[in-house]
Amino acid sequence: MRLGKTTRNKVVSLFSLFFFWGALAASDKASSDIKSDENGAVSSETQISEYILHHIKDAHDFHLFSYNDSEGHRKHIGFPLPVIVKTSKGMVSFMSSEFHHDDSGHHVVERSGVSLVKYHEKIYELNPGAHEIAFDAEHHPTNAHAVLDLSITKSIFGFLVVSILMLLAFGRMARQYKKQSIPTGLGRVLEPLVLYVRDEIARPNIGEKHYRRFTGFLMTVFFFIWISNLLGLTPLGFNITGQIAVTFSLALFTYLITQFSGTKDYWKHIFWMPGVPVPMKIILAPIELLGTLTKPFSLMIRLFANISAGHIVVMSLISIAIIMKSSLGATGATLLSFALSFFLTLIELLVAFLQAYIFTMLSALFIGMAVEEHDHH
Amino acid sequence: MTIPNLVGAGLIVIGAGMGLGKIGGSAMEGIARQPEAAGKIQTAMIIIAALLEGLAFGALFLGK
Repeated sequence: MRLGKTTRNKVVSLFSLFFFWGALAASDKASSDIKSDENGAVSSETQISEYILHHIKDAHDFHLFSYNDSEGHRKHIGFPLPVIVKTSKGMVSFMSSEFHHDDSGHHVVERSGVSLVKYHEKIYELNPGAHEIAFDAEHHPTNAHAVLDLSITKSIFGFLVVSILMLLAFGRMARQYKKQSIPTGLGRVLEPLVLYVRDEIARPNIGEKHYRRFTGFLMTVFFFIWISNLLGLTPLGFNITGQIAVTFSLALFTYLITQFSGTKDYWKHIFWMPGVPVPMKIILAPIELLGTLTKPFSLMIRLFANISAGHIVVMSLISIAIIMKSSLGATGATLLSFALSFFLTLIELLVAFLQAYIFTMLSALFIGMAVEEHDHH
Repeated sequence: MTIPNLVGAGLIVIGAGMGLGKIGGSAMEGIARQPEAAGKIQTAMIIIAALLEGLAFGALFLGK
């Protein structure tokens, strides 16, 4: 489908709007974080690194920022999320607000005969009689044990937000094509991307014959990663694709699809490589089998590490405002940290797209290798 | 982070940087020689860079 010049201009302007929104969001994030820090939340370097690591980790409540009010009470802005855990006495669920923002294992929640505490965003069930969690030298709890945690955590909440956004945007776009061939609204931004994934990623890497079967998966993965990454750049503080569990699941899908769509030739090349001597075939089989696992493993690590590293660097640059305050003054330090984090966030916008592209591209490449039909000479 | 970890991380970054530099430089030369093949070269470049990056991040992750 050819896009007219005006449509293309609109797409370009919408894109730049989107990017500016991202940049704006980044500056918003910087200012809101600094505000909360000025009030004494984060002052020293160790506290800053704790704060950053806390952001990287998943959380049981949706926390935007905290401040001390005029009476010196700590105020937290955010909302609680449901905690669902499987304890020794069955499933227990309550809102995370019952922990009263306690993350050190002091506040005990009593539910259906079990005592639960939260320590470093992990929920432990206290043994009968215990009132506080205690740890031995190796940091294993001595009077409590971990429970199976099925809570709607911050990342899962973000996951659902992205899913709903995608369902709405693409559902609307799909319905529009029944009436007219040119989409309106958000569809105009998404259509070139959909075509890009189909024509530049799926078709050349998987091959003309099979690409249609896998385009749905590739597009879902592409848009999920891209929108999650963009959501991570907003001041809401999501870190969805920076959770190794999320990238593990995404890579697992690629792995399963690759293995289950593998042709006879694909398996033959793994277990009995043609064209090499027999002793070599025996050596190559385990190596090739391991190779099928390292591909999704590298997909998982790459996305996780890129997004985590990006978040850590952006937040470190934001904390320059606090660290350099004594040497540059409040205005100078804030300006420096704003300038650095502003440009880094622009790079992060590129990384957000690039990581989605690379994940999809490599998935397509691996699937393409599995479904490829070799011509035998 | 202990000192051996930091030295290891530095070595990984040196290696990855050299690799990425080689990939980028060769791609530039290729594009300069055949500008019409720029698209294909870029795609191949990004794939190889991503594979290298995966390796480097994997090493950094395991050494953490």
